[in-house]
Amino acid sequence: MLNTPVTIIQPSDGWRSLDLRELWDRRELLYFFAWRDLKVRYKQTLFGVLWAVAGPLASMVVFTFVFDKMAGLPSDGLPGPIFYLSGLVIWRYFANALSAASNSLVGNQTILTKVYFPRLIIPLSSCITGFADFFVALGVMLVLMAYYGILPGIAMLLLPFLLLLTMASALGAGLFFASLNVKYRDVGYILPFLLQLWMFCTIIVPYSEVAQRGGAWRFVYGLNPMGGVVEAFRWCLLRGAMTGPGNANATWILLGTGVPVALFILAAGLLYFKRLEKMFADIV
Amino acid sequence: MNGETAIRVAGIGKRYRLGQTLDWGRSIRRALGKPSENAAGEIWALREVSFEVPRGTVLGIIGRNGAGKSTLLKILTRVTEPTVGRAELRGRVGSLLEVGTGFNPELTGLENIYLNGAILGMRKAEISRKLEEIVEFSGVRAFLETPVKRYSSGMHVRLAFAVAAHLDPEILLIDEVLAVGDAAFQRRCLGKMDEVAKGGRTILFVSHNMGAIRRLCPQCLWLNEGRIAALGNTEEVIAQYFDAVNSDELLPDQRPGHTGIRITRVTVSDTQGLPCQQFAHGDDIAVRIHYEALGRIVRPRFNLSVSGGHGLLFGANMVLDDIRPEAIEGTGVITCRFRKVPLLPQTYTLSLTVYDATGEEYVAPPIPNVASFRIQGDALALGYTGESADKYLENSYTIRVPYDWVFPDGSIGTPKWATGGPARFEDSHD
Repeated sequence: MLNTPVTIIQPSDGWRSLDLRELWDRRELLYFFAWRDLKVRYKQTLFGVLWAVAGPLASMVVFTFVFDKMAGLPSDGLPGPIFYLSGLVIWRYFANALSAASNSLVGNQTILTKVYFPRLIIPLSSCITGFADFFVALGVMLVLMAYYGILPGIAMLLLPFLLLLTMASALGAGLFFASLNVKYRDVGYILPFLLQLWMFCTIIVPYSEVAQRGGAWRFVYGLNPMGGVVEAFRWCLLRGAMTGPGNANATWILLGTGVPVALFILAAGLLYFKRLEKMFADIV
Repeated sequence: MNGETAIRVAGIGKRYRLGQTLDWGRSIRRALGKPSENAAGEIWALREVSFEVPRGTVLGIIGRNGAGKSTLLKILTRVTEPTVGRAELRGRVGSLLEVGTGFNPELTGLENIYLNGAILGMRKAEISRKLEEIVEFSGVRAFLETPVKRYSSGMHVRLAFAVAAHLDPEILLIDEVLAVGDAAFQRRCLGKMDEVAKGGRTILFVSHNMGAIRRLCPQCLWLNEGRIAALGNTEEVIAQYFDAVNSDELLPDQRPGHTGIRITRVTVSDTQGLPCQQFAHGDDIAVRIHYEALGRIVRPRFNLSVSGGHGLLFGANMVLDDIRPEAIEGTGVITCRFRKVPLLPQTYTLSLTVYDATGEEYVAPPIPNVASFRIQGDALALGYTGESADKYLENSYTIRVPYDWVFPDGSIGTPKWATGGPARFEDSHD
């Protein structure tokens, strides 16, 4: 009888504490949700996982044509397709994870109102599901690099760190939007539009161009947590082929501001989520 | 709280806000997490609810729709937080507020067993260990590799219940899961719950099915408008509940704004037309249905059923008989007169459903336990002369049909009460 778990139920005032132990106890559920989303994702489609390839490739073709061929925007000396696809690969993971997390609570409302488990599992699993498409797209990227004769260097070992950083930003923002979405479905309309704008600010213009315009621009650019990630992602994959001012220095500077910003977003998202968590089942 | 108490609830209350008006200032304040002071449009779904459940008790929870039963279970399962009060649960808690929570139609039966099990709180290893039992209980072995969306609703429910039935918690909270599935399935579920209860687990069981509550729960809690109306011995609480249901109060509006018919009152009366709750075996019983039609309803079909013991006993169904009023309008009464009702002493309940002319749509939503009556009489008066007949009679059979016994030597034994009618059986010579 000594080990009988005792559950105490009472109104929590303010923030619910982040119970990491409970989260760890239910880690299998995290895995099951991610597994379910993956399984269901390409059910009843003709081309299945090819859609994970087609999306970034189509955007790459359009961007290369519009920004590289027609507008003649600089691309750190990289071939247009390589420059834009590299940005798209990491950006699309961010955007997919963020929008999946934002819709996750509403999408799982039947479960939310009937069973208790740490609610954090739902948006967290959405961010994990996105890895699958990311790795498929990364494979395409490597094939394209081989085609252009670009070899990734040892700096590629930085990739897991970059992915983790991206996940932190996506989860943080996702937690915020997911909580808001529970009450205001407007989130579903705003988000695609917001992500579109954010993407153009992040992957089209190389940082080297921004840096030339002075400190204020640099500072603003540094506030975008994905700015540093995209820059570093390109740098660690394509360093050998880069010419011009795109260099390691810029990458480190951007990451230097990107990491605290990402951590801030994660902490703020978590706080907001924990603040509203107790009301999810009542108002979703 | 001592070690023998499994659940202790102290002063639990739950407030919901109604009326989602879009007031920007308030909305933004609330979105930022600041509680609003506005007290208008609030409803207390639960108020000052306190009780204790000793370990190993099976406690039934009854009450009308909207009485707070589901809210109470949602609080105890931590799906939602109480507004005030405190509860303590001692032991691993499992809940079943709905059959098949989280089933994904695209996934196969087998995949859903794992997914649903994990959602309910089982570990993967635990599910694997119990897989054979779960599959066996579900009876859908042949379709394990088929996506659940191709399942019939019966298969769906069976599989879902099979998973939930193999949760192994010390405290189990169940909400009206028997409302789904056919009679055979319900029997099986009740059997399984019986088994769980006998295993010394503590169970809280919400149901409208009085037969199930009687059978499973020695103790019963009656919630009325968010408060505890009675708590104690099941038979006594149910009797009090029915007394209240039968009082002259109007029934609550079944579906506000629903166009169709509103059943305002259902009363039971004797041959003189006087309201009456107590009858003797073989009496005629009239059921008067007071309605208020919201418009002209052409050829409605009324379906009145009588339940008792562990299930449905008999009824009067206009669909079967093809006897219907041409049209009803405004307020009025429809009376159904049952003749020589062959029920034995017990409490019985009536349920009512009204369908439209096609028999497919509800004109009034089904109303369970809309009225009740009691058959009284002691064993001797009914012609039972056996030893301790009174004791055996209590809550045993509901209906009796005349019979006799033919013994090996050819002699015939006829119960005292069954004499009179000529036997029409051929003598058997085997």
